[in-house]
Amino acid sequence: MEMNNLVVLPIFVPLLTAVILMFISKKINIQRWISVGASLVTVMIAGLLVHHVSTDGIQTLDIGSWPAPFGITLVSDMLSSLLVLTTSIIGFAVILYSIYSIGEGREKHFYYPIVQFLIVGVNGAFTTGDIFNLFVFFEVMLMASYVLLVLGGTKIQLRETIKYLTVNVISSSLFVIAVAYLYSIVGTLNMAHISQRIGLLEEIPGILTVIAILFLIVFGLKGAIFPLYFWLPGSYYAPPVPVMTLLGALLTKVGIYSIARTYSLFFYHDQSYTHDLLLVLAVVTVLIGVVGSIAYWDIKKIIIYNIITAIGVILYGISVATTTSMTGSVYYLIHDMIIKAALFLLIGIIVNITGTSNLKKFHGLINDYPVLAWVYFIAAISLAGIPPFSGFVGKWLVIQGGMERGELIGSVIILLTSLLVLYSVMKIFIYGFWGGKDQDYPDQHSISYNKLLIPAILLTVIAVLYGFGSEFVYSYVAQAVDTLMNPEIYIEAVLKE
Amino acid sequence: MELLMAILIGFLFASATYLLLSKSILRMIIGTGLLSHGAHLLILTMGGLKKGAVPIVNGDGTPVTDPLPQALILTAIVISFGVTALFLVLAYRGYQELGTDNMDELRGTDGNE
Repeated sequence: MEMNNLVVLPIFVPLLTAVILMFISKKINIQRWISVGASLVTVMIAGLLVHHVSTDGIQTLDIGSWPAPFGITLVSDMLSSLLVLTTSIIGFAVILYSIYSIGEGREKHFYYPIVQFLIVGVNGAFTTGDIFNLFVFFEVMLMASYVLLVLGGTKIQLRETIKYLTVNVISSSLFVIAVAYLYSIVGTLNMAHISQRIGLLEEIPGILTVIAILFLIVFGLKGAIFPLYFWLPGSYYAPPVPVMTLLGALLTKVGIYSIARTYSLFFYHDQSYTHDLLLVLAVVTVLIGVVGSIAYWDIKKIIIYNIITAIGVILYGISVATTTSMTGSVYYLIHDMIIKAALFLLIGIIVNITGTSNLKKFHGLINDYPVLAWVYFIAAISLAGIPPFSGFVGKWLVIQGGMERGELIGSVIILLTSLLVLYSVMKIFIYGFWGGKDQDYPDQHSISYNKLLIPAILLTVIAVLYGFGSEFVYSYVAQAVDTLMNPEIYIEAVLKE
Repeated sequence: MELLMAILIGFLFASATYLLLSKSILRMIIGTGLLSHGAHLLILTMGGLKKGAVPIVNGDGTPVTDPLPQALILTAIVISFGVTALFLVLAYRGYQELGTDNMDELRGTDGNE
């Protein structure tokens, strides 16, 4: 495997853009153009990276040419390059949406640079091959998310940011503690090297299982699994819609990715304990999510609780840990990132039109906004996993994997909760879009409805193509799962034995 | 020596947990400070506290202490420093806008319909 600077570009391009944008914070138009241009470049680079990984195998880059376990190594296997591509696409769509909705006040106060920093953090966390560097990229991402959450300084934002920040400061400290424990056992920080050293241990010490659970707590707090999801509904409710989209689609998924990575690379020895615990937590997470999403009449809250449901489904596939279920999880992870972003953007348009997010206060939107209605309808049935739309294949494989391993109860629960997910999003469609037209919605915010719709349609179209083209996507997903199921491929690529 | 440090770190964590569970935001911030102190000391301890020279290149080849945990701590310190600064400003702004330092009064029920 030769050196490849392409690996660092999805981190470097947004970083450079963010730095440049900080110097021209008052020139809004130039900022917009540079942001859109740079995020388009990032998408293209990420696409190129996926292509390279699919043809030439795992791409690695030893920063500063220090050989693998001693320096920081960036590793792009298929899973991380696919996630980087998905992140870049969502970043592009959200920036496009922000131009027409975020407002000049925020734009003048470093909104675009911070979005770029958030993408730096997420892309970096997906790409890094070093456990401490993962912590640092987590912090880059979180720091950007704190600022995005509070930017604007309304009362609800201040209140919820205080809570969000407290939770994440604690989980970051726990991350440092977990890394310290792991370092004292294996004496290295490179993820491939850690995996190799754990593999060489003659007897797996019990402390390794303790560290596995500590990592689960850390990433579970980031990824909002039961019982560590409590901060999410309040925090994600506070910021404006584009920010909510970025947080909802990207941040929790980094936690899930980290669990998938560490549990497949480090902690696969005591699966009867660690993976069974994960399985139970995943099923309860799904239940909590659907209960929340059917309980509320606030459209933002409904979609927010659907994030938690999806996290449970993805984790279920990871905890079953067969090739089938892992394939399902990877499929579902990418699907969920795209479709959640699309749904949040559509919800944002509804709130912009009606001026409220309370489902009981508006109806009959389909009369005036038919395109919005049908795009929302397609996004909603994609989310619920109606074949042949994008949510189907992933969930199908996750359930099939569970059944094959004899986890009947969990699989049946996930199957049945799909109906409740469908109900929760259809509730918005039925109550919000159907009905007579006895309300007029003046364009109160003088927003450009068509321009806001473009990024939402873009994401929905990608989600639909992802569903219809699942045969085409399969070869990529299979390659990602191959690395997850066989850590030696990863180790070999990094340590170049 | 490691045992002594472990007890000290445990005490720091206990104090931090106690402070984080209190109602005042300022006490919570002090708690996060203690928590990061504990975490940083833990990295140092877990890296090993065996005697050795300072990790600067020395001509006579005496063994040095493990330099890696020190680099990790330095990174973790500046990160928690940045986050703490943001948290303090946030608490200040929160006090200005919301007029309270009490977490009980920051309950939110938006959207719970």
